[in-house]
Amino acid sequence: MRGAQQRRTARAFDRAFGWFTVAAAATLIALPLLLVTIVAQNAWPALVRFGPGFLIGKLWDPNLPPITFGASTFIAGTLETSVIALLIGVPLSIGGAVFLAELAPDWLRAPVAAVVDLLAAVPSVVFGLWGLYVLVPYMRTSVDPFLAKYLGWSPLFAEHAGSQSGASILTASIILAIMILPTISSVSREALRATPDSQREAALSLGATRWEATRMGPLAYARTGIFGAAILGLGRAMGETMAVTMTVGNSDNFATSLFDPGQTLSSKIAINFGNALPLERAALVELGLILMALSLLVNVVARLLLRSMTRIGRTTA
Amino acid sequence: MSGDKVVVEHLNAWYGKTHAVQDISLSFPDKQATAIIGPSGCGKSTFIRCLNRIHETQPKARAEGKVLLDGDDVYQADPTEIRRKIGMVFQRPNVFPTMSIYGNVAAGLKLHGGYSRDEIDTLVIESLKKSALWDEVKEKLDQSALQLSGGQQQRLCIARALAVQPEVLLMDEPASALDPISTARIEDLIFDLKNQVPVIIVTHNMQQAARVADRTAFLYLGKLVEIAPTRDLFERPAEKLTESYITGRFG
Repeated sequence: MRGAQQRRTARAFDRAFGWFTVAAAATLIALPLLLVTIVAQNAWPALVRFGPGFLIGKLWDPNLPPITFGASTFIAGTLETSVIALLIGVPLSIGGAVFLAELAPDWLRAPVAAVVDLLAAVPSVVFGLWGLYVLVPYMRTSVDPFLAKYLGWSPLFAEHAGSQSGASILTASIILAIMILPTISSVSREALRATPDSQREAALSLGATRWEATRMGPLAYARTGIFGAAILGLGRAMGETMAVTMTVGNSDNFATSLFDPGQTLSSKIAINFGNALPLERAALVELGLILMALSLLVNVVARLLLRSMTRIGRTTA
Repeated sequence: MSGDKVVVEHLNAWYGKTHAVQDISLSFPDKQATAIIGPSGCGKSTFIRCLNRIHETQPKARAEGKVLLDGDDVYQADPTEIRRKIGMVFQRPNVFPTMSIYGNVAAGLKLHGGYSRDEIDTLVIESLKKSALWDEVKEKLDQSALQLSGGQQQRLCIARALAVQPEVLLMDEPASALDPISTARIEDLIFDLKNQVPVIIVTHNMQQAARVADRTAFLYLGKLVEIAPTRDLFERPAEKLTESYITGRFG
């Protein structure tokens, strides 16, 4: 009899647990929908007023009528900084991950990995302060002049009036690169560590050197994981606000040179939100909406790329 | 040195503090298959992993002694060169999952370079034929190696090892993860291959040793107990220990 009672309790618990998971899943779906709805609602006045022209508009002028807001400078700023951050950060992260996962002696592995992971725990405002007080002056006095001297022939490294402060697209990109390092390198490291030894031995037994065996074994085996890590990093770089706001130079002019100060979607919101009038506020919320859409787009494109990556060509080696 | 392809003299190997191979001396003639049998943990895998110096790539693993390939000491040579000359097939098929069937077989050739496209094509086809896989894959060379069954993957690994034209082929329990039909195919293959390249095969399966090997060595607790022509070893073992093992009294 007691057994039957117990079973009934267990069944009731099963049902309750079932309902709980359904509720949790529903919340997970409802929250982002709610978020998008509220954001869109708040951006509505701007959406109606400026239409699709908002995406390509260059001017952001809340003062002189006709009041005009355009997002293209900030979209470009976000894309520039996060792509450059990725270009700098990904090779460093993967290099570090390969060293830690494949080459480092055991006693070095854990402490170095811990230090790298610690970097992820540093609040972004601290990166911002470091950027403002250390990196920006250093860029102004050393890095920018050096790059201008040797790469100044390229428009990317051209010096313009007002671009000599040290706070620039490039500076923000470097800060972002440092900030995404721990994410990309620890996720890549885990993917590399998950590669079975038999993969390394397969390459070694064909006469591969250590580096060749790493390339043919773990790097190839883990490549989807590493790609995913880079996308995670890109996501973080695109949304990062505080450190970028403090180092990007906060100029609403379109940055054509990496030394130019610029503005990203998130830094524009952070800078202007405090004292914006209603219409500008709606326009700023619309910037947030665009940022969300961009992140979504990046994820979708990444998924498609990933799918085509797993298709295999005859020449793949 | 009587034309032996591989001669092992006083080989010792360790995993950390475990003395896995203890003073083994053995020689392997050309164009023969030699089986190495013994109970689990007897050091047979470690032994053949010392022959192409892949044992030492594991952390805390080391080996001492001499392994001569055509009279030259393997341990005095460049290990990558040695591993190219002494090919290896492992317990579980370890195809490269991101490469095509063709890419897997060509992997070693591309690694060493110096082959034209035509030469690579020829060697890939030749190796797939030697490993009796050609008829099953000739229509889908550019597809993923992961599509193949376990037995086919193992034959692909054999083709991959053969493509770099090794002088010796090591096989570490190559059929232990396969079903009986795939196992039979691998055994047939070893029988054909040994005429081209000496095969040294580790197996825990005595019937397999009896079917494929010209000579069989019995290892126990890291030591060589005896080596003899396969039939002699199974029918008239010289050592009491060998007899108890092959009659199933332990192991």
